Amino acid sequence: KCLFHTEGLFKPEKKKKKNFDMKNAVIGNNRQKANLIVLGAVPRLLYLLQQSSSSLELRTECAVVLGSLSMGTENNIKSLVDCHIIPALLQGLLCSDLIFIEACLRCLRTIFISPVTPVQLLYTDPTVIPHLMSLLSRSQHTQEYITQIFAHCCKTPEHQTVLFNHGAIQNIAPLLISPSYKVRMQALKCFSVLAYENAQVSMTLVNVLVDGEQLSQVFVRMMQRDKPIEMQLTAAKCLTYMCRAGAIRTDDNCIVLKTLPCLVRMCSKERLLEERVEGAETLAYLMEPDIELQRIASVTDHLVSMLADYFKYPSSVSAITDIKRLDHDLKHAHELRQAAFKLYASLGSNDEDIRKKITETENMMDRIVSGLSESSIKVRLAAVRCLHSLSRSVQQLRTSFHDHAVWKPLMKLLQNAPDEVLVMASSTLCNLLLEFSPSKEPILESGVIELLCSLTQSDSPALRVNGIWALMNMAFQADQKVKVEIVQALGTEQLFRLLSDPDTNVLMKTLGLLRNLLSTRPHIDQIMSSHGKQIMQAVTLILEGEHSIEVKEQTLCILANIADGNTAKELIMTNDDMLQKIKYYMGHSNVKLQLAATFCISNLIWNEEDGSQERQDKLREMGFVDILHKLTQASDPNLCDRAKTAMQQYLA
Amino acid sequence: KWGRHWMCPVKTTLLQPSKAAKMAELGAGSLLTGDPAFNYQEHELNERLKRLYPAVNEEETPLPRSWSPKDKYSYIGLSQNNLRVHYKGHGKNHKDAASVRATHPIPAACGIYYFEVKIVSKGRDGYMGIGLSAQGDNMNRLPGWDKHSYGYHGDDGHSFCSSGTGQPYGPTFTTGDVIGCCVNLINNTCFYTKNGHSLGNKLSALSFCPCLSFQPNLYPTVGLQTPGEIVDANFGQQPFVFDIEDYMSEWRAKIHSMIARFPIGERLGDWQAVLQNMVSSYLVHHGYCATAMTFARATETMIQEDQTSIKNRQRIQKLVLAGRVGEAIDATQQLYPGLLEHDPNLLFMLKCRQFVEMVNGTDSEVRCFSARSPKSQDSYPGSPNLSPRHGATNAHLHNTGADSPTCSNGVTPTNKNKSHNKYTGVSSASASSSPSSSPSSVNYSESNSTDSTKSQPHSATSNQETSDSEMEIEAEHYSNGVTESSTRIMNGTYKHQEILQADDNSVDDSCSSRQLCGGNQAATERMIQFGRELQALSEQLCRQYGKNATHKKMLQDAFSLLAYSDPWNCPVGQQLDPMQREAICSALNSAILESQNLPKQPPLMLALGQATECVQLMAKVRSGSCSFARVDNFLH
Repeated sequence: KCLFHTEGLFKPEKKKKKNFDMKNAVIGNNRQKANLIVLGAVPRLLYLLQQSSSSLELRTECAVVLGSLSMGTENNIKSLVDCHIIPALLQGLLCSDLIFIEACLRCLRTIFISPVTPVQLLYTDPTVIPHLMSLLSRSQHTQEYITQIFAHCCKTPEHQTVLFNHGAIQNIAPLLISPSYKVRMQALKCFSVLAYENAQVSMTLVNVLVDGEQLSQVFVRMMQRDKPIEMQLTAAKCLTYMCRAGAIRTDDNCIVLKTLPCLVRMCSKERLLEERVEGAETLAYLMEPDIELQRIASVTDHLVSMLADYFKYPSSVSAITDIKRLDHDLKHAHELRQAAFKLYASLGSNDEDIRKKITETENMMDRIVSGLSESSIKVRLAAVRCLHSLSRSVQQLRTSFHDHAVWKPLMKLLQNAPDEVLVMASSTLCNLLLEFSPSKEPILESGVIELLCSLTQSDSPALRVNGIWALMNMAFQADQKVKVEIVQALGTEQLFRLLSDPDTNVLMKTLGLLRNLLSTRPHIDQIMSSHGKQIMQAVTLILEGEHSIEVKEQTLCILANIADGNTAKELIMTNDDMLQKIKYYMGHSNVKLQLAATFCISNLIWNEEDGSQERQDKLREMGFVDILHKLTQASDPNLCDRAKTAMQQYLA
Repeated sequence: KWGRHWMCPVKTTLLQPSKAAKMAELGAGSLLTGDPAFNYQEHELNERLKRLYPAVNEEETPLPRSWSPKDKYSYIGLSQNNLRVHYKGHGKNHKDAASVRATHPIPAACGIYYFEVKIVSKGRDGYMGIGLSAQGDNMNRLPGWDKHSYGYHGDDGHSFCSSGTGQPYGPTFTTGDVIGCCVNLINNTCFYTKNGHSLGNKLSALSFCPCLSFQPNLYPTVGLQTPGEIVDANFGQQPFVFDIEDYMSEWRAKIHSMIARFPIGERLGDWQAVLQNMVSSYLVHHGYCATAMTFARATETMIQEDQTSIKNRQRIQKLVLAGRVGEAIDATQQLYPGLLEHDPNLLFMLKCRQFVEMVNGTDSEVRCFSARSPKSQDSYPGSPNLSPRHGATNAHLHNTGADSPTCSNGVTPTNKNKSHNKYTGVSSASASSSPSSSPSSVNYSESNSTDSTKSQPHSATSNQETSDSEMEIEAEHYSNGVTESSTRIMNGTYKHQEILQADDNSVDDSCSSRQLCGGNQAATERMIQFGRELQALSEQLCRQYGKNATHKKMLQDAFSLLAYSDPWNCPVGQQLDPMQREAICSALNSAILESQNLPKQPPLMLALGQATECVQLMAKVRSGSCSFARVDNFLH
């Protein structure tokens, strides 16, 4: 039967009739659609569509049939795209007949909103976007289809810029008050994708007037509680993106009193699972940088306990009563959990009270712990983000983190994870390795040093920082044994490589590690006896190099620590060049550097230590006393005190 | 085309703003003082309360507007029009707690009620409670501690729910914070707000859900416990910090969609039949004959009554509504012999009305005396058209005086009718020769101005009906040989109306030109004579059926009109209002229908009345959803 259809297409007098039959045959029947495609109807239809000699009626019918075919499965769409349907339809838009244009657009819309269609195809021909913009004024249908295409095909900053440069904002803004709900909704979606992380678009949007009303107010009206949920949620997204892009202040009423409560409502049990996921994610994004919004959200509608419900899917009830429901729940369970973790992470990122509230939520720590080892990477990432946010609390580190042994799953997570997860997990580990954290001991015993050392060799600066940071925390007031282990595992070579790392953060933390390693006299002497030469070299290199004040200060502090050692002192005293450098920094314009350098000298001339007299004499000869004397007159009280203390060593 | 047509009469009659305007006056009238600022605040308050709680009838259940100076503990001091509360006790311990309630409880018809309290000063310890309590609760307590009381406390942020121990609920609050309390009488819960943010109500064990079901009336309540504590209430005097209207809109939408999605299951066909029957019977009842026929044809349904009968009733009703009661009585006696004889009460009522219409100068028995009588009265827009009043909704069903010039256009459907073709010609001829009859009609538009402005958008449809009916009558008269001059005048008034519409200044002058029986001597004599006959009829009925107080009163009222030099502006002048014709018209119509073994009330009106009653009953049994399920929300 199908064969008959396609044959008919080649006989001119029967074309229309055949087309008509075909349309009716395929509507609502995916198998018939697939059959037709297999039989090669698409090129034929496209040929007829493009023939300007065919009647408009026939061309329109072709577009309608193609539209119907595109409504089928993803495979259908793939075949259509492979037949170059997109350029053909885009070409069709140049026709002047509205009915034909609408048919082409309807089909294009269906193809472009499919996940299998590469969105780039919309942008290959640079004349397409401006032409689509010009078609926006033709009818409600063109408005609906075109805005829907834009909303789906704007995926990157480049797409945003292309659409923006072709006047998307001015052309689409009036559609927000269209009498058609579909048009309003698609226009709104366009703005949400255009404004996402785009300051240029967002800044323009705040100044747009629609029918004399500010755009933000139009969005606020769309968030009214009697509006459809989809509309409320999308409008809230638009305002969220505009706010995050810096176009709206976080203390603006439209954010504080409208957008935030609207998003909290989206998290409520009454909403659909998809809406709850989107609501929570958007809310997390909105308040991430603002502690005041976090505080407000934390008391709004019991959000913290409301989120606990996100973990109750699939519920035990749904499993028994309804297979369909179970399937639905299962599908969304991961999404729900990761959204909740994200929102908790955002809520607890600054305020100690909120963190406490979160950890006190029913089974919260258990949920995080099991989240860390879930199969879904999205959930693991979100769980570790949440854990990281909570790990900023001293109190939580001391209590709930230890009680739930969160370090165990965390360590497991670190073994084999993608960078994204690794960054968060290692960052959390840094906090767990702080000296007051009771988890520090068991983590050390689990052989974390190797792991951290390997992180410092990563290509990602974030991972290198976290690795060295964790080692730094670990070395703080640590046993001799641990320190030796760190130095051995890391290797001096790697240590010095890190000291010349292009990333300042890495350099700073490496210096911090050195400083922590070089504390308490026996440790200093031991490390300096084995690695003294290299360390002194590295210090010289940094002090001579172009570095920030902070880096130099940290380096001088290391030098001061070295000066505190018994035998290590000699490494400085015998190095006149180094002494000259110290002298230079004592006279530096920056007080911090002066202070650190003075500290170093003070250690060198300290009484009651062997050979202190010789050192004092040598330094006096080098003119340090004069400098110290001058510094006792310094305006900075700390520096002044430090210099006086040092001078007293000479007087005693 | 027909679709529009049959919709029109229904639309016209079902939609009218009801008491709103009157209630506004009533509300604004109360509690006024000399202070203009205060007046302004009062005005704001009334406006806001009316907007928030349109379903509340303040005559029955007044809304809280301030704290009650009587219903408070002695440690409480009130100031600033009883809106500011301060603590004046010792404040040593919880035994020194003190509360004050608002003047009135929260009416259930609010559906959702909200008030706010601003913490002016937290005083020494900030032991403040905001919430609700029932009348008779001990005032030596903070709200929430006792049975039937609920409170959110500032010192610990706990919520107290008829118990001495609170539950963790929200943040603490202190000086400068605005705390709100929202009572939802639909799902019987309550939640609080802080600085415009909802703190939530429906959650797990951590928070709590104060279930308010089976409560006595609850009053807004505030309690203080330590010296220096001062709070200000906002019952609507100022805009609320929390967007309560937005919250209400969600519930309104919820309830409306619940109604819209009410499951009818398998009975879709039944429902359609019922609805069609309702529309059809309504049209038939009121005699919209052509419309009913068209409707029946389109829906393929049957009409029980035959067409002539409908037309007869329609004619009689139109006569009554036009104030030509004498003709109506004749027609009834002719078409339904025995009907009035068997119902002497109705006959007496009709005769009384006929007397009133004679005074008015509209009844044909007096009208025929005067060629220049103010005929405008029987056709002016104030005259009720066929649409009935809805007793249940108490709505004004007729726009008065707001006639738009479109009236002459509204005849499209009936013009197709053959009998009207003749008339169309007359109409156009007469319209051009618009006579100078007195524009007295318009004074009604003045007296009913509130209604007319509200119903303006629908005036066109209403007019269509009016003109439709007039023309049918006139057409008949024409064929019956009634003088053409009369017809012309009748039509002329329409034209005249258009002119008057633009010029309201003429209204005052017109009043004085109204005269008894149209100012004609012979007509007055006829009226006096008719009065005697009426008196005789009354005496006869009295002898036959015994004394009847209603009749006596009716007769007295009617005769009293003669005692005043200007009957239209006298204490009993109300009778002359054409609106008064409606009751008797519908009584007559019902009587005729009953005599034909047909229902005396159209099912549509019964259903409407029932629904309205039901909603009112819901308010009485404290079912809050009534406020968002009001019948007039659906009549548009």
